[in-house]
Amino acid sequence: MKPRTPFTLPGALLMLLLPAAAFAHQEAGQAAGFLAGLEHPVSGLDHMLAMVAVGLWGAVLGQPAIWMLPVAFPLMMAMGGLMGLLGFPLPGVEIGIAASAIVLGAMVMTERRLPLRAAVVITALFAIFHGHAHGAELPEGASALMYSLGFVMSTGLLHAVGIALGTLHGWSAGRRAVRAAGGGVALAGLFFMWKALA
Amino acid sequence: MRRSAPAVIAFALALFAAPAQAHLASTGFGDFYDGIAHVLITPEDLLVALAVGLLAGQRGSRATRFAVIALPLAWLAGGLMGARWSPLPSQLVVLTTATFALTGALVALDARLRDAAIIAIAIAAGLLHGLANGPTMTPSGIGTQGLIGAVCAVAVLVLLLSSQVNALVPGWQRIAVRVAGSWIAASGLLMFGWLYHTAR
Repeated sequence: MKPRTPFTLPGALLMLLLPAAAFAHQEAGQAAGFLAGLEHPVSGLDHMLAMVAVGLWGAVLGQPAIWMLPVAFPLMMAMGGLMGLLGFPLPGVEIGIAASAIVLGAMVMTERRLPLRAAVVITALFAIFHGHAHGAELPEGASALMYSLGFVMSTGLLHAVGIALGTLHGWSAGRRAVRAAGGGVALAGLFFMWKALA
Repeated sequence: MRRSAPAVIAFALALFAAPAQAHLASTGFGDFYDGIAHVLITPEDLLVALAVGLLAGQRGSRATRFAVIALPLAWLAGGLMGARWSPLPSQLVVLTTATFALTGALVALDARLRDAAIIAIAIAAGLLHGLANGPTMTPSGIGTQGLIGAVCAVAVLVLLLSSQVNALVPGWQRIAVRVAGSWIAASGLLMFGWLYHTAR
């Protein structure tokens, strides 16, 4: 018999992370926290579109990229954030972020099926730029761990939005819509690039 | 369907959880319950319990049984040591961060670890986080009852989570577990950066 495995309970346990301003241990007294981190990735259209494009591209590529990209992205993004916090300079961060929207959007639009390793490397490379920008912008006084959690979860949920939209790819009309969405992300990326270079 | 109802209610209640502002939670129900609340509102403690639960669940029922025993017992031992030897070195936070960051990374990688490795991770995590909890579990704090409450909370969390993960069929649900692991690891990495940033 197939075991019943309701995922609601682990989901509920994860949601217990929501007590936003849980100031405990070493971060005691530091303000902001989870909600600030949750809000940060959606506060910039350049970040948001690139994150959704990662999910869209994963959905277009299918298994196993559909889960490998969303697993790799947060880890490499955190690596970028770590670099930002440690003070490692990363030249052309804004250009890198704009390029991520252009490249990822173009990949979705053209339904480019790169080898899995190449797809992961491209995504991871861009994740470093996104993470560096966020890490360097970590507000003073923020509850660091809760901020980081919110930030990472928000990014992951944006990937999930992309993956959900990418499931439309299975239908012919949906496929056109997904490709159009990729084109839109790439166009927006060009605008961000123009702004970064101006 | 009926079995998932409490989880759905817990999910909804968690959405409306009030911000916790204190180092030690005061539930008004006594030290034991304060200890339970302490684990649930302390992100480092909660994350390590979740990460160990996910890791053990990925590795099967034997690993789950070992982790459910090893983590709470090590937490208890660490808590008793921490209560006796406080104040503790400030560098302990680096080690507690490392435990959940590394465990989260192992979950993300779906690392095929042996049972002995799961036990070692659970013991290391329990000892370090118990030690960090220790100073708040002194008689002037919430005492031994609080520590027992914290240990019970950890045991129940790991038991529920690991058994659920263990029962998952291959597919998107197991992928979600790996994604959760990557989130935990990523949060830990950012926390390292923050610790360095604030220490400068």
